[in-house]
Amino acid sequence: MFVYILKRVLATIPVMAIVAIFVFLLLRLTPGDPAAILAGDAATPAQLERIRDSLGLNDPLLTQFTTWMGQLLRGNLGTSLLSNTPVAGMIADRLGPTMNIALMTIIISVALAVPMGVIAAWRHRTWVDFLVMSFSVLGFSVPVFVIGYILIQIFAIDLKWVPVQGYKSPSEGLGPFFSRAILPSLTLATIYIALIARMTRASMLEVLGEDYIRTARAKGVRENVVLFRHALRNAAVPILTIIGTGFALLISGVVVTESVFNIPGIGRLTVDAILARDYPVIQAMILLTAGIYVTVNLLIDISYSFFDPRIRY
Amino acid sequence: MLTLKNTLKHSRGLAAALLTGTALLAPATLLAQDGETTITAVMHSGLRVLDPVITTAHITRNHGYMIYDVLTAVDDTFTPQPQMASWAISDDGLTYTFTLRDGLMFHDGAPVTGADVVASLQRWGKRDSGGQLIFDVTDSIAAPDDKTIVWTLSKPFGPLLDVISKQSAVPPFIMPARIAATSPDETITEYVGSGPFVFNEAEYEPGVSVTYDKFDDYVPREEPASWMAGGKVVNVDKVVWTTMPDALTALNALSAGEIDYLEQVQIDLMPILSGNPDVTVEKRDNLGYVTIGRPNFLFPPFDNKLVRQAAMAALDQESMLATMQGDPEYYNVCGAIFGCSTPLGDEVGSEMLTGRPDPEKAKALLEEAGYDGTPVVLMAPTDVISLNNQPVVAAQALREAGFEVDLQAMDWQSVVQRRAQQSPTSEGGWNMFFTNWMVPEISDPLVNVMLNGRGDDAWFGWPTDPEIEAMRTEYVGATDDATKKEIAIRIQKHAMDNVNYLMMGEYVIPQARRNTIENMIPSPVPVFWNMTKAAE
Repeated sequence: MFVYILKRVLATIPVMAIVAIFVFLLLRLTPGDPAAILAGDAATPAQLERIRDSLGLNDPLLTQFTTWMGQLLRGNLGTSLLSNTPVAGMIADRLGPTMNIALMTIIISVALAVPMGVIAAWRHRTWVDFLVMSFSVLGFSVPVFVIGYILIQIFAIDLKWVPVQGYKSPSEGLGPFFSRAILPSLTLATIYIALIARMTRASMLEVLGEDYIRTARAKGVRENVVLFRHALRNAAVPILTIIGTGFALLISGVVVTESVFNIPGIGRLTVDAILARDYPVIQAMILLTAGIYVTVNLLIDISYSFFDPRIRY
Repeated sequence: MLTLKNTLKHSRGLAAALLTGTALLAPATLLAQDGETTITAVMHSGLRVLDPVITTAHITRNHGYMIYDVLTAVDDTFTPQPQMASWAISDDGLTYTFTLRDGLMFHDGAPVTGADVVASLQRWGKRDSGGQLIFDVTDSIAAPDDKTIVWTLSKPFGPLLDVISKQSAVPPFIMPARIAATSPDETITEYVGSGPFVFNEAEYEPGVSVTYDKFDDYVPREEPASWMAGGKVVNVDKVVWTTMPDALTALNALSAGEIDYLEQVQIDLMPILSGNPDVTVEKRDNLGYVTIGRPNFLFPPFDNKLVRQAAMAALDQESMLATMQGDPEYYNVCGAIFGCSTPLGDEVGSEMLTGRPDPEKAKALLEEAGYDGTPVVLMAPTDVISLNNQPVVAAQALREAGFEVDLQAMDWQSVVQRRAQQSPTSEGGWNMFFTNWMVPEISDPLVNVMLNGRGDDAWFGWPTDPEIEAMRTEYVGATDDATKKEIAIRIQKHAMDNVNYLMMGEYVIPQARRNTIENMIPSPVPVFWNMTKAAE
């Protein structure tokens, strides 16, 4: 197992290097000028040229790339061209809200979707199955911002139970945190509940038809033990994959939900940086996203062996 | 035994616990105020650049007015007034002596001195177009003592006070000399001013939120506040600017009392606020903004004056403004290139723009010009809501008049990069784009960059226009208001004939506030002094 993990970690180095080169070149090929954003509308061409010089944007591409790589190897993500603040600090500020919302979303999703999927499979082709699948289709089909607005209207404006928008860190109190995180988490969870419930149902249906399930039932094992210990555990691999990639997707940014609920997360940071062509921030964000996917995929692969003893590394 | 009934019961319990649990916790968060008076405002964009001299971004200028003070400032009649300093002008108009008032102090506790003012003006003079003109005729600027600044010119510069008192785009904010020593092409890294608010660096999140604390040692002037002039009396402890990218969320937050002030309200969303008795929607000032089209003078077809005139005949302000704003309450057909409510504003010669479109006249002008069907590359930004509509309306009107139009959709950043390219359209160049300005930014011949006629050194579009340059030079030498106005009218006539740009009218963006916010002074720049906040 240790050798496997070590190999996988070492394999991330060329992956990240390729991502770094690709994103650097792609950004330089994209139209846009950070100097023009910095200087504003009234700047003359000569002023823009001087600002480009001071930002190092007129240096040869190779020089710009080696400077950036040198910084990266020293653990320095650089400085924002616009705000002149360290990129690492900007990401650290935004990572907290994104991580917490993602975590809450996944907890809600798993807590609701896995039982829903199991029950739908257990009561296959009954009204319960139909209900779960209908919700699932709805969860996929309704745009996330529509769900967000509906929840805001009901719980924040009509009932006044929670604030309309904003984010507070758990360190500022669990009350303020939960009251602001619950609606965005429920909004995002709608899609993931739909996704995980469908996947759970499909996997469970496959497993419930296996001989060992019939044997377990014939032995008189209680139905909940059959479902959750025997069937669900064997159906877990695809479900875990969906949960893991869903979590990675949530961490790498959900810009629409962040905008609707005014959450200062990673998604907004990335989109703002792209619109302003703030190269160091965009580069760092894409590297971070790549890193998150690599790590989450590794964790998913490792977790397989805990649920399915047949898998060994 | 696992039953469906039990399962549903548990799920329902979990959902109810999540919502009711947070509901019980919510009031504590909504009421947390710590006894301080805090105004929470949603501004038109996030603050990312903190140097108010390097950029012309409005949000950074607004930030500048929070933490810095200015030497002199215009009031609501566009008249320069003393702010940090009073002044005296020598009889020959060549020497300006400024005397700093008592009690001026930076946020780090150091007194404001003449040396700080000189350094700040010198840095500003390298960035601002008006400042550059003044420094072109500056013999010397020095601080003989801590309270005095002597500015000596080689020849009279009539609008000097107007230029250093302007409220937009780059006012000469006064900062400590050590900070003002930063190159004008690099952003400052220390944010110390002497204005009525202190920048709270610890709570600053670029693009998300910025907090300003009241500067207890600020000594306001005694005169009543008027635009950027007069007494800046701060009546609250904190002002927090927060960014909300979603306009509907901002309106909901205002309705729910989570924010106090919304700088810009989208006209189409205004009905949401109309029935709310706790919220007032109003115009911040009547000057507002202008929207303009800029032709490229370097390449066909707009290198030909007759073709530019044909474009002017094809377009009309009413259609464009109605498409942009919808409600006539919030736009104004106006042909004055200096704005219709400014001292220099005059609509002479603008009938072609302010009247109905005249495609037949446009066709005749195109024929006279020998227009050969060269396509007009019209850049259309799709990601800036205030600039979405103009290119689309213009493209249709130009086509109806016989132009071939190549409407190219792109994001604003691509427009910004591409408009700087002095190449033919076949090599990535362009023929026309639209943008918006605040009226004070186009209100005289020196601040209005579109009237610069210095060819390659001019603003994008690069007209070589010696006639307008001669009139701008004449304006610099003018010392009385009547002469300034006379020159401004000549410039207006010339710009309408030469079509230096297409003035497409004025519009206003309403603001909204909770009724607990009172005593806001009307101003093109939203200011947070004078403002009071009552308990809900």
